[in-house]
Amino acid sequence: MRRYLTRKIITYVLAFFVGVTIDWGIPHLMPGDPIQNLLSRFSGLNSASYAALYHQFAQAFGLNVPLWEQYLNYWKGIFTGNWGISIWATGAKVTTLVFQAMPYTLALLVPAVVLSYVLGNRLGAAAARRKWLDNTVLPAGYIFQAIPYPWLALVVPYLLGDVWHVFPTAYGYGQGLIPTWDWTFISSLLDHWFLPFLTVFLVSLGGWSIGMRNLVIYELENDSSRYMRALGANERVIRRYAYRNASLPQLSGLALALGVIIGGNIVTEVAFSYPGLGHLIFEAITNEDYFLLQGIFIFIVVGVLIANFVIDLVYISVDPRTRLSMQGSTT
Amino acid sequence: MSESVSEVPQAPDTPGAVPGALATPVAPVAGVPIGAGGGGRARRQSDFLYYGLRNKKLIIGITVELLLLLLAIIGPIIAKYPDQAYTGFPTQHPGSKFWFGTTDAGQDVFSQVVNGLRESYLVGLIGAVSAAVIGMTLGFIAGWRGGILDEVLQMLTNIIVMMPALVLIIVIGSYLSHPNLLFEGVFIGLTTWPWVARAVRAQTFTLRSREFVDLAKLSGKRPVSIIVKEIAPNMASYLFLVVVLLFGSSMLLAASYDFLGVGPTNQVSLGWIMQQASNEAALQLHYWWWFIPPGALLTAMVAALLVANVGLDEVFNPKLREQ
Repeated sequence: MRRYLTRKIITYVLAFFVGVTIDWGIPHLMPGDPIQNLLSRFSGLNSASYAALYHQFAQAFGLNVPLWEQYLNYWKGIFTGNWGISIWATGAKVTTLVFQAMPYTLALLVPAVVLSYVLGNRLGAAAARRKWLDNTVLPAGYIFQAIPYPWLALVVPYLLGDVWHVFPTAYGYGQGLIPTWDWTFISSLLDHWFLPFLTVFLVSLGGWSIGMRNLVIYELENDSSRYMRALGANERVIRRYAYRNASLPQLSGLALALGVIIGGNIVTEVAFSYPGLGHLIFEAITNEDYFLLQGIFIFIVVGVLIANFVIDLVYISVDPRTRLSMQGSTT
Repeated sequence: MSESVSEVPQAPDTPGAVPGALATPVAPVAGVPIGAGGGGRARRQSDFLYYGLRNKKLIIGITVELLLLLLAIIGPIIAKYPDQAYTGFPTQHPGSKFWFGTTDAGQDVFSQVVNGLRESYLVGLIGAVSAAVIGMTLGFIAGWRGGILDEVLQMLTNIIVMMPALVLIIVIGSYLSHPNLLFEGVFIGLTTWPWVARAVRAQTFTLRSREFVDLAKLSGKRPVSIIVKEIAPNMASYLFLVVVLLFGSSMLLAASYDFLGVGPTNQVSLGWIMQQASNEAALQLHYWWWFIPPGALLTAMVAALLVANVGLDEVFNPKLREQ
């Protein structure tokens, strides 16, 4: 089992390395000069002052040294927390911007992922044993699985916001408010949080429930279940074991789906103008701010890696085989 | 694209899930129909036809899919206006003149939607085919050779899965001035092949130790021909299901990319229509006919694909048929 962990850790380290390298490489492979774009904002520059400014900015952004040195500096910057300066929010540090946006993204993502996963699994397991529930959960699940993220992020706010006026449909909090920790602000936060949360939650729910339903049915047909039935075990006990067995592939599926879920979250944030990382990415694209874009990319890669690691740990604690063999290797 | 995952309950490291919300068929490895001889194959095909024509899910799914395909093919021909043309009648409700109404600039929504539908089919096809080609090649190699090569390829697969594809296409797309449909499709293929590779690798692993493969080895066949002639046919049905699901998830992914504006710039797509509607405040102004049809059609298309897929699974897999 030490082998299992070592392999996982090597994968994580390599993935981080690949992520950083891609992140560094893409802007350098791409056409266009960010400093020229930046200087085009200034008016009335003659060629001498243009050259001087160009030199100044190239030095400030570290673009005046050979490529390999830029690459090493990039790594150094990542470990020392120096992720560059945003061009769009002139002078603001990339890390500051990212850390400002992150709480909003996490507040959407974590509850939506956890709730849809837990409820979806319960729903799917329930559907596997009741015909009437199966006949409603299954078709509904297929439809929810088939809905494109951006469409749900338009239809839900249209109905609940623009037609019935139940919830606000844009921004992280009321735009007339100043962020302070008082009750008006917090209730405004929750009010604005609900719809984006609902769409991310709904779109994942169908997938988990259908997956769980299929797995539980498969497990109930399994030889181990048949054997227990032959021994005269209570049907409830058999189902509980089936559910446990079925949650293992669901759990590794969760790890695999993280990248896709985060992508969907970005779409949702853009559709709702929700001030999280997704929205920040959008600002970075429209303003051609590649330091910011790079910073967010690394941040998301690290986030996915950490989440994967957490799921690995949960997996070890849930799966008796991995757990026992780990104890076995130490004793 | 949500994600769901239902896969072969086996070793934790070899799940066969497909991204983008789509449930993979529950295809127990041991349940792969192993038809060894040529005579058995012909009988199996007529069996598939027999059960296929009697499977309601398959018939319904394929019918809806064919109708939508027909709409994507003849829609742009019967549309009265080109997709970007200004008709001079802004924000018309749906009616006999404009079937799906018009945008605030007076463009025909019906024409845009059917053209977008055609684009979705193309992107889905390119994405699924390129993912299948890369995934099958690497999956066969990893499963057949095993050893160090397998370790390396698995590592690569795990790393690609962890890269956030949407952010990556945004980073790449923001530097390309005019990404086209082919770029989008191939990019989707390049980021989704791990799902195929995992499935193919796991199946190859169990098949390569079967007697008929040993026999082929003894008779001096070369590895490529063993893989193509002996191993691939035995997982053909399973592979087909995986590719069908990838087709659906590619279309959903493309809709998200287009919505964010990193998709093709020279072409109408369903995601682009939704983006335009959102940008022009169609929600606040209650122009529902502008953003409801593109998403509803795409939902119908992918849902029909999922239902047909379940039907196909039942046809291919005798174990599921009995239920």
